[in-house]
Amino acid sequence: MNINWTLFGQSIAFFVFVWFCKKYVWPPMVGAMADRQKQIADGLAAAEKGQQAQEVAEQEAAKLVSEAKSQAAEIIANAEKRGSAVVDEAKETATAEKERIVASAMAEVEQSVHSAREELRGQVSSIAVAAASKIAAKEIDQAAHADLIEDLVTQLKAS
Amino acid sequence: MAADKEAHSSADYINHHLTNLTYGQHPDGSWGLAHGAAEAQAMGFNAIHLDSMAWTIGLALIMMFVFRRVAKGFSAENPSKVQCFVESLFDLAQDSKDSTFTKQAKNEWIAPMALTVFVWVFLMNLMDLIPVDWIPELFLLFGVEYMKIVPSTDVNVALGTALAVFVMIIYYSLKVKGPIEFTKELTLQPFGKWMIPFNLLLELVALLAKPLSLGLRLFGNMYAGELIFILIATMYSTNLFIGALGGVAQLGWAIFHILVITLQAYIFMMLTIVYLSQAHEHH
Repeated sequence: MNINWTLFGQSIAFFVFVWFCKKYVWPPMVGAMADRQKQIADGLAAAEKGQQAQEVAEQEAAKLVSEAKSQAAEIIANAEKRGSAVVDEAKETATAEKERIVASAMAEVEQSVHSAREELRGQVSSIAVAAASKIAAKEIDQAAHADLIEDLVTQLKAS
Repeated sequence: MAADKEAHSSADYINHHLTNLTYGQHPDGSWGLAHGAAEAQAMGFNAIHLDSMAWTIGLALIMMFVFRRVAKGFSAENPSKVQCFVESLFDLAQDSKDSTFTKQAKNEWIAPMALTVFVWVFLMNLMDLIPVDWIPELFLLFGVEYMKIVPSTDVNVALGTALAVFVMIIYYSLKVKGPIEFTKELTLQPFGKWMIPFNLLLELVALLAKPLSLGLRLFGNMYAGELIFILIATMYSTNLFIGALGGVAQLGWAIFHILVITLQAYIFMMLTIVYLSQAHEHH
C-alpha cells in the first residue's frame, strides 16, 4: 500500500489513452455511426418520396384511363354517326340511280314503241295504197280518183 | 506449533498476494526489484509497481486496439456482434455526457474520456474474476516473485486515475471560468467576503475530497473484493469439505462481483463526468 511513482505513471497513462481515444478512436466510430444514421434517415425519406410519387402517378394514370375511355366513347359515337350517314347517303344515291335507270328505260321503251308504231303506220299506209292501187287499176281512173286516194292516205297517216 | 505454522503460512499467502512487483531504489542507494513487502516499503516513493503498470497499460492497449479495429471495420449494413457491443458503449458514454452537461458547455473531450474511463476501469476490475492463483503461479514459473493482476486494487492506480481527473477539473475550471471567477468561487462562498479564510478552507476540502473519494472508493471496493477472493482461496488448502465450501463461496462471490465491478466502473465514470460538468458551470 505504498504510494510511489505508479501514481504518476497511471496519471500519465490516463492522459495518453484519453488523448488516443479522442484522436484516433472516437471520431471514426462516431462518424461512422452518424453516417449510418443519416443513411437510414435518407432511405426513409426516399421511401416516403417514392410512395408519394407513386400515389401521384396512380392518380395521373387513373385520370388518363378515364380520359381515354371518354375519348373512345366519343370516337365510337362519331363512327356510328358517320356510318349511318354513309349508309343513308348510299341509300339516297341508290334510289336516285334506280329512278334514273328506270326513267331512261321507260323513255327508251316509249321511243321504241313510237318508232315501231311509225314504222307500222308507214307499212300499213303503203300496203293500203298498194291494195287500193291494185283495185283502182282495174276499175277507177287514177286521175279521177286521186283526191279520194290522197284523202285516204292522209287520214291513215294521221291515225 | 503446527497450527501456528499453518496460520503463519496462511498470512504469508495473503501477504504474497497483496504485494506488488516493485522496482525501485533500495535504502542503500542501489536500484532493483524488491524481495518482499518490507523491502518494497523501505523503498518509499522512489519505486514503481511493474505489475500494475504493465496490466493497466496492457488492458488499455487491448481496449484501444479493439475499438480502433471496430471503428475501421465499421459496417452499416452488416454489423458484427462486437461492433454492436462497442457501439452501445459509445452510446453510453455519449448519453452520460449529454445527460449531465448543459447544452452550452460544449466539450469534445468529455465523451471520449468517459468511454476510456468506463471501459478501462471495468477491464481493470474484471481481472478480479480471474482465480487469484492462476496468473501469479504462472509468472512464478518464470521466476517472477510477485504479480498483482488487478490494477484497481493498487491504491496508486486508483488514485492516479483520480489525480488525472483532478488535474482536468482544475484545468477546465481555469479555462472555462477563468482564474478570477474560480478564485471567487473558492473564497466568497458559502459565507460571503468577511469569512474568506473559512470559505477557502471549506471549498478546498470540498475540492480535494472529489479526487480522493473518487479514487479511494474504487480502491476500497476492489481491494476488499480481492481480499475476500484471497481469503476464500486459503480455504482450499485446509480440507476437502472446507475446500468444497470455498468453491461454492468463490462462485457466489464472483457472480456478485460481476455486479460490483460494473457498478464501480460506472460510478467512476459518472462521477468523473459530474465533477467535470461542475468545472464547466458558471455560478
